[in-house]
Amino acid sequence: MPADRPTAPRTKRAPARRTRAAAVDTTVDSAVDAAVTVDAVDASPSAALVHLPSRAATPPLVDAHIRHGDVDEWGRSENMRAWARRLYDPVYSKWFRAEWDGLEKIPASGGALLVANHAAAIPSDAPVIMHGIEKELGRPVYGLADYFFRKAPVVGTMWSRLGGLPAHPDNAYRLLHNQQQLVLVFPEGTKGTSKLMGERYQLRRFGRGGFVEIAMRAGVPVIPIAVVGAEESMPIVARLPTLAKALGVPYLPVTANMLAFGPLGTALYFPAKFKLKVLDPVRFDVPPNRERYSQSRVMDESERIRGLIQDALYGMLRERRSVWFG
Amino acid sequence: MSEQAAHRRVLVTGLGTFWGGRVAQALEADPSVEVIVGLDTTEPHVELERTEYVRVDANYSILAKIVRATQVDTIIHTFLVVDPTQMSRRAMHEINVIGTMNLFAAASASDSTVRNVVVKSATAVYGSTPEDPTWFDEDMAPARPLRFPVERSLAQVEGYVHDFAEDNPHVTVSLLRFSNVIGTEIVTPLTRALEMPVVPSMFGFDPRFQFVHEDDVIRSILFVLRHNLAGVYNVAGAGLLPWTEVVSICGKRTFPMPPYVTTELLWPLKRLGLVDLPEEYLNLLRYGRGVDNRKLRSAGFEYEYTSAQAVQAFIEGIRLRRTIGDHEPTYRYERDVEQFFRHSPAVVRDRNGRPTGGR
Repeated sequence: MPADRPTAPRTKRAPARRTRAAAVDTTVDSAVDAAVTVDAVDASPSAALVHLPSRAATPPLVDAHIRHGDVDEWGRSENMRAWARRLYDPVYSKWFRAEWDGLEKIPASGGALLVANHAAAIPSDAPVIMHGIEKELGRPVYGLADYFFRKAPVVGTMWSRLGGLPAHPDNAYRLLHNQQQLVLVFPEGTKGTSKLMGERYQLRRFGRGGFVEIAMRAGVPVIPIAVVGAEESMPIVARLPTLAKALGVPYLPVTANMLAFGPLGTALYFPAKFKLKVLDPVRFDVPPNRERYSQSRVMDESERIRGLIQDALYGMLRERRSVWFG
Repeated sequence: MSEQAAHRRVLVTGLGTFWGGRVAQALEADPSVEVIVGLDTTEPHVELERTEYVRVDANYSILAKIVRATQVDTIIHTFLVVDPTQMSRRAMHEINVIGTMNLFAAASASDSTVRNVVVKSATAVYGSTPEDPTWFDEDMAPARPLRFPVERSLAQVEGYVHDFAEDNPHVTVSLLRFSNVIGTEIVTPLTRALEMPVVPSMFGFDPRFQFVHEDDVIRSILFVLRHNLAGVYNVAGAGLLPWTEVVSICGKRTFPMPPYVTTELLWPLKRLGLVDLPEEYLNLLRYGRGVDNRKLRSAGFEYEYTSAQAVQAFIEGIRLRRTIGDHEPTYRYERDVEQFFRHSPAVVRDRNGRPTGGR
C-alpha cells in the first residue's frame, strides 16, 4: 500500500492518540512507519511509556482523511475513553480512593494478560483496573467479558467503545500476540460477580483454564491482580434465578445497595476503599503458537494462579482495618 | 503466468449478472485467454467482444454437453445468489445448490478437461452472532449453526466445492469468500440501504462492517487464476468501520430500528416497499462481521481499497451520478447482430480476429 507513509494526512478528527490502540495488523515495516508517526506527533510525557503495537495499525493512517471517528477494529475508541476517564476519575480517586501496590510489575511495553478476582453485582473492579492502568501507565487495556454484553443494546455498544470485547480466544490471541496489548480477564466470570455477600473473597473456579492456554499460545506472561474493595461496593444479598432466566440475563441480584438506597441503589456503589495489589508476573516455560497445550499443565498453572490471588487477598484482608477506609 | 494459462479456455457462469459480465470483460482483455464461454438464463448486460453467450436453464442441465464440446479448462463460477431479495427461496436454491451440483457433475466427468475452478462465495457463510470472534479466518466455522436461507445455501455450495476438490486432486479449486461488496456500480441490499434518505440501523447497536471494492473482487478472481492458488480465501478490504461511521461517510443519517421484534415491526414498511433488508442483514446490523484477509495478501495479492476507501469510492460514484445523471447502460444484447459480427465472413477482422470496424 503506497499510502502508509508517515506523512499521511492527519485531520483534527484523527488525533495521534488513536494509533496506540488502533489495530488491523499488517506488515512489519508499516508498523515501523506507524511508530515513527506517533513518536513525532505525540509529545505528551506519557508517550515514552506507551507501547506501540509491533504489527499495528496502518489502515487508520491510510484512511485518516476518510474516517469520521477513531473506533478501532475491536470497537474501542480512544476519544470515548478520554471522555470516560474524565467522568470516571472522581469515582476512581474520590469515591473508591483506589490505591495500587506493585504497579511497576505491569510492563510498559509488550503484551500481558492481566488476571484478577471478580466481584460486585455490577462489577466495579473492571473499570477501576482499566482506568488505573491507563491513568498511571498510559497504556490501553482491553477487557474481555461475556458475550452477553454484545447482545444488549446501548450497553453493549458503550462497553465496546470503552475497550471491552467478547472473550473469544482468537480475539485475545491477536491482542496479546500480534498487537502486544494489555488484556484484562476475570477467569471466574459471572460465577465471581454473582456471589452472595457471605461468600465474598472466596475465589470461584477459574473457568477451564483457558486464560493460561491463551497466554501460553501468545507467549506472554500472566500478571495476577488481587482486588480488595469491589466485593463491598455492591454486595448481593439474594439472587432471583427464575426472573433472571425469564429476562435472559446471567443473574439477577438483590443488592445491599438497593435495600439502602432504593431504586437508586441499582447503580450506586458503596464507597468501599479499593486496594489493588499486582503480583509477580507468571511466565510459562513453553513454546508459543502451539495448537494445543498439555491440559494437566494448563489446569495446574490455572490453579496455581488462583492460589496466588487467593493468598494475596487473605493477606490484604488481614491488614485491612476498615472496609471504608482501608 | 503458468504454462497452461497461455491458452486458457474459460467458462463463466452467470454471464448476465453483474459479476459474470465484469469477469468476462476482464478476461477478454487478457490475450492468454483463448476462448470465453458465458452461461446464463438471461442475456448479458455488458458489451462483450469475443465471449460466446450460451443460454441455459437455471440449473445448467445441459452443462456436461457444453463442457465436453468446448473443452474448457477453467470454470469461473460467479452465478451464486447472495442477495435473497432478488428471488424466491426456491429459485435461489435452484441456482445456488442445484446449479453448483450440476456444474461440478459436468466438470468431474471422466473425460473432463477442467483443471481450474474458481468459485465466488461470500463471507455470509460465517454467519453473524454475538459469539463471533472479531476476525474470522478461513479455517473457522460459524459460531452457531447458520439460520438464514442464503447462508445455508452458500454453505451447501461450499460443501460441494470441498467434495469436488477432494475427488479431483488434479484440479486447482479456489474458493473465494467475499465480504460486503461495494463500489461505483454494484447494487446490493447494503448499497440500497445506504442510498435511502435515512439509512436503517439497529437501535443501541453499532457493529463494525467490512467492505471490499468491486474492482478488488474482479482482480482477486484473476489473481487466483493467474497464480493457480488452491484453497479457501477471504477477500475483504483492510479495517472495520462502525455502521454509523459508514453512514456518516455517505453523508446520511441513520434511522434506528427497534432491536426487538424487528421483523414484525418492519413488516408494514417492507410491504410498502420502503425497506428491503433481508433478514440476515438485521443480524449484521447488530453484530457485524470481520474476516481476516491476510491469507490472500500473503499469497501476493494487493488490495487497491481498504474498507473505508471502498465506502468512499461508493459515495463518490453516487455524487457523480447525482450530477451527470444516471448513465443508462447503452448496451443491449441483440443476438442477430452479435452473431453477424462474430461469425459472418463478411466482417473484416484484424489479426486477433476482432472486427476492424471498431464497435
